[in-house]
Amino acid sequence: MPDYTLRIRRYSPENGDAAHWEDFQVDLDGSRSVLDGVLQAKDREDGSIGIRCSCRAGICGSCGVRINGKPNLACRTHLDEAHARAADGVIVVEPMGNMPVLKDLIVDMDAVHWKKIQRVTPWLLPDGPPPEREYVVPPDNMIDVTQTMACIQCGACVSDCLSMEVDPLFIGPAALAKAYRFVGDPRDGHQEQRVRDLAEDPHGLYDCTHCFNCIEACPKGVAPMSQIMRLRRIAGDDHHVEDRNNGHRHEMAFVKNIEKNGLLHEADLLPDSYGGKLHPRAVPELVSSLPIILRALQRGKVTPAGALLHKHKAPKDVKRIFRDIEGREERYELNLYVAGEEEDAS
Amino acid sequence: MKVAYWPGCVSRGFAPELHGSMARVAPLLDIELVELDRAACCGAGVIAEHNQELADTLNARTFALAQQEIAGGAELMMNICSTCQGAQSECQERLDGNTPYRDHVNATLAAEGLTYEKGITNKHFLWLLVEEIGLDEVRRRVKRPLTDLRVGPFYGCYIVRPSNRLGIDESHPRDTYLHQLIDALGGTVVDYAGQYKCCGFPIITMNKEASLKQAGRHVGDATDANADCLVTPCPLCHLNLDLQQPAAAAVVGRPLNMPVLHLPQLLGLALGLEPKELGMNKHVVKPSSVIDWTTSVVAAA
Repeated sequence: MPDYTLRIRRYSPENGDAAHWEDFQVDLDGSRSVLDGVLQAKDREDGSIGIRCSCRAGICGSCGVRINGKPNLACRTHLDEAHARAADGVIVVEPMGNMPVLKDLIVDMDAVHWKKIQRVTPWLLPDGPPPEREYVVPPDNMIDVTQTMACIQCGACVSDCLSMEVDPLFIGPAALAKAYRFVGDPRDGHQEQRVRDLAEDPHGLYDCTHCFNCIEACPKGVAPMSQIMRLRRIAGDDHHVEDRNNGHRHEMAFVKNIEKNGLLHEADLLPDSYGGKLHPRAVPELVSSLPIILRALQRGKVTPAGALLHKHKAPKDVKRIFRDIEGREERYELNLYVAGEEEDAS
Repeated sequence: MKVAYWPGCVSRGFAPELHGSMARVAPLLDIELVELDRAACCGAGVIAEHNQELADTLNARTFALAQQEIAGGAELMMNICSTCQGAQSECQERLDGNTPYRDHVNATLAAEGLTYEKGITNKHFLWLLVEEIGLDEVRRRVKRPLTDLRVGPFYGCYIVRPSNRLGIDESHPRDTYLHQLIDALGGTVVDYAGQYKCCGFPIITMNKEASLKQAGRHVGDATDANADCLVTPCPLCHLNLDLQQPAAAAVVGRPLNMPVLHLPQLLGLALGLEPKELGMNKHVVKPSSVIDWTTSVVAAA
């Protein structure tokens, strides 16, 4: 049996010791999981190692940890794969991020993850009296929400959310993906209220910074960030929510900017994101940005003429593309998770 | 080699030194840049969040224009902006992954006589350096090794995630290319906590404090790791890390004075170009104020 070294981050609030690393040798086949490794160390060397686990088959979502710095399920990561990615041959196992550590590899999911899930009203709110028999949902609508239903609440995406790292109040990827699960369900009667609530929250829909960490982290292909973008389309385009966070205004300012100029004219984008150069919302922003604008001018990064005028204009075919597509009755969205990748004919 | 070159918007807008330094560096590596001057913005993820088909169609048009250049002798499409690379890769994944969808998008392009054929090769300059030119060749052309220069790589998001979409695997460890390049140029790689994190720029108009806190933390982490400067393949990251650095310093409550170089600028220095030729005088944080040119970069010439 090959030997693997697991370097486990230990922390116990009871003994008063600072968090520290401990190495454990495990002799298991490389196709066994990191969880099996941790459990062998617990069994043979130190029974006090704390880790949550249940199904050991990637279904229950209990054993989320960081392995070599990246969040994953311990039961779903083979020892040989983890070893191959380990910096110096030592497999590093530590608790997930963005959540307080209770003991060793166990984090407080209640304090962060579950609280955020509750924040999005994660149950169906049908409108009006129930039908005489069961609710009937067209298969296409159900398939549409299957991607978000695949979530096993492991917390891997929450662990590495970079917006949450600087804004702990951010609702976060798991809860927003859960929100789409109900917003996308035709039985739910509160689509507009749901997306309005999320868009208006200063730590909500528009607090996501597009870092893709949640897509990379998710062991189930839920792609939370893609669901956040779908929620934004529904909030802005279907329900015209003009949120207080400038989220929708920024999006529209960007789209109009490109439709007009073809290439982005940044000097217009900033004020337009706040409602336009003379809008009361924009004025304090421009004033507070003044030192930066002046420094950019002083360094020759931008010229006054370049800031005021944009010499590039969108070609007529670009304008036509905007007209054609924005004029469609329905948005055409392709979701490869649902459609599947084509097999290569070649 | 001839490439169909997409500079993007910001490199010709608020970060003109990026486009300028690329133009200076290209001939030193025998790269002929054929600029795609009729193409439009990639959407930076924002157009896609508004309307996916719109973003996919605009990028399919860019790809189709690049394919005309490729038919005329260019080897591939190249860009110099991570955000363009990431946004375009996302659109390409959908366009290449579904023939009826690609046909639908091409029907919109048909009025202009353009068609996107599945499978364009679109590489960021960083990938092209490692995979097409080769770091041994780059090493041979170094005139002024970056000896004693401690460089922190700042990858940002769009060029490293999601790894499967961006073609990162064992034979293409693209998430290590900045490290490899710094090393090839004779510099010292400085690892620090923020190298693969988000600069915060996409939410600067929505949550300025959270946005600048991200930039400030990463610059602070690099400072604590004793980096002389950062290098980034993304001009949008540059906006938050350099242009906004004084504001970010105020948000994180510590003084910051970290020069941030665009990828072609770092390369250009090692290839013998002068800081001013590379537009380094246009930065908000003056590189000369921190890097001692006389002892670190220039001395080994």
